[in-house]
Amino acid sequence: MSNIQRRLRKEKIAKIVMQLSGISITGSLFLIIGTILYKGLPYLSWEMISQTPKGGFYIGKEGGILNAILGSIYLATLSTLLATLIGIPIAIYLDVYVKSKSFFARCCKLLFDVLFGIPSIVYGAIAFSIMVWLGIRASLLGGVITITLLTIPIVVRTIDELLKTIPVDLKNVTFSMGTTRWETARMLLKYIKPGIFTAILLAFGRAIGDVAGVLLTTGFSDNLPKYLDEPTATLPLAIFFQLSSPVPEVQGRAYASALVLTFIILVIVICTHILASKQKKHKI
Amino acid sequence: MHTYPRFETEETQNITQMALPHIEIKDLNVFIEGQHILKDINLSIPNNSITSIIGPSGCGKTTLLKTLNRLVDDGKGVEIKGSVLVNGEDIYAPHAEVTHIRKKMGLLSQRPFPLPMSIFDNVAYGPRIHGERNKAILKQIVEQQLRNVGLWEEVKERLDASATGLSIGQQQRLCLARGLAVKPEIILGDESTSALDPISTQTIENLLIELKKDYTIVLVTHILRQARRVSDYILFVYNGEIVEFGKTEDVLLNPQNEITKQYVKGFIS
Repeated sequence: MSNIQRRLRKEKIAKIVMQLSGISITGSLFLIIGTILYKGLPYLSWEMISQTPKGGFYIGKEGGILNAILGSIYLATLSTLLATLIGIPIAIYLDVYVKSKSFFARCCKLLFDVLFGIPSIVYGAIAFSIMVWLGIRASLLGGVITITLLTIPIVVRTIDELLKTIPVDLKNVTFSMGTTRWETARMLLKYIKPGIFTAILLAFGRAIGDVAGVLLTTGFSDNLPKYLDEPTATLPLAIFFQLSSPVPEVQGRAYASALVLTFIILVIVICTHILASKQKKHKI
Repeated sequence: MHTYPRFETEETQNITQMALPHIEIKDLNVFIEGQHILKDINLSIPNNSITSIIGPSGCGKTTLLKTLNRLVDDGKGVEIKGSVLVNGEDIYAPHAEVTHIRKKMGLLSQRPFPLPMSIFDNVAYGPRIHGERNKAILKQIVEQQLRNVGLWEEVKERLDASATGLSIGQQQRLCLARGLAVKPEIILGDESTSALDPISTQTIENLLIELKKDYTIVLVTHILRQARRVSDYILFVYNGEIVEFGKTEDVLLNPQNEITKQYVKGFIS
């Protein structure tokens, strides 16, 4: 076999491997969406998304999951907001204020990588023990704090990767106009703005889908979430509880709840893409 | 104490007597991660003229340029000894204010980097951060600087358009206008035409020649023909040391040092 034939063969194999992995991933995605549509759609009703659980909801009687829908939206929105507000300054500090290759910066980044990988149940357990020590009961606030801690590493590492893509010369020309580090940082943020939405999206996705972190810290309640210091229902937990029920009706509602959760994420993804594409006007 | 040779031309000696030179470097040594990058640099850069720093790749010419506005500080493991006096003020003095120093020196980088905003805002960015809020004055500054670099007629209809839509040559002129809007005293160019086509290169070169009546200009270039076209003085750096400094025609046509001779003839690059 000649050299060119060998190279073309390798090219062909690489292409097939890529296509196969593409197909399997898209296939799994469709399988998931198909399953929740197939199993959940028959149980999805206006009542389901507009009412709180009535007595006997978990044995198949009337009511809905509005408490969990609102709880999840509140929890994910608040913790994503907090994680962004705390995470962006950390990333900026590590890239603009500290010499980015310094020992300190590298240690911090390593630490965030470790935090990124710690399972959420560990965050939940630690937050829970602190809450017990402080005498705070499971509440929306407890959940928000736990999920914020869980999502900060996502925001920091994503923004850090974005800042790394900025050419050093852009930083230099900005500095050479006599800007302070803060003014330069603002310019860099402007430059990576579309990417910041991706960071927020990733954080929101992790926040709204987390079960283990909220299990011990947020509790569960059939009432609509009104106060930060009260236990609050979340969709993933609602799905978990309903799936554990032996009643087929309730199991069906679990899939309907999953459908609602997927829909919320879909809406957030679309909104983020629209916002991000509007920011691309000045992108280099 | 051992004294290092000072590189001065007759002209700089005269200037020293008349007024303080803009940039004076004394016993400068720069180490990066333990490597001795610049060795015993002593130099007076003449006012209102173009000085080109030439030398083979990796000889320290860009480091020398970045030492002038303290951009070199930002690297890892950088150690600087000696002093750089700008208008008599040592920019490496312990309490020297780095933003103030950098404002005095406009930098024109290798590739144009327009800020992610409109053409108008790019030029107005510098004056704005330095406190100019008056819209009429900002407009005036933008027009004046864009005229200075010969870009006004080309962009006056689309000042609100994104700066990234300009051609690369126009972008480099915009970056020059943006730098000038901060009212620097010195222009530093780091191979500023290396990404440009021949016509844009010529435009930038002519602009620099035009601008030297108001500014002191220091350029790093690896193109000898360019150094010959634009500069009044040439500084030849080799292995982190100044080998020769003098008037352009003297250095290029009648080099005193053997290494300079070889470099000019193209034997080392």
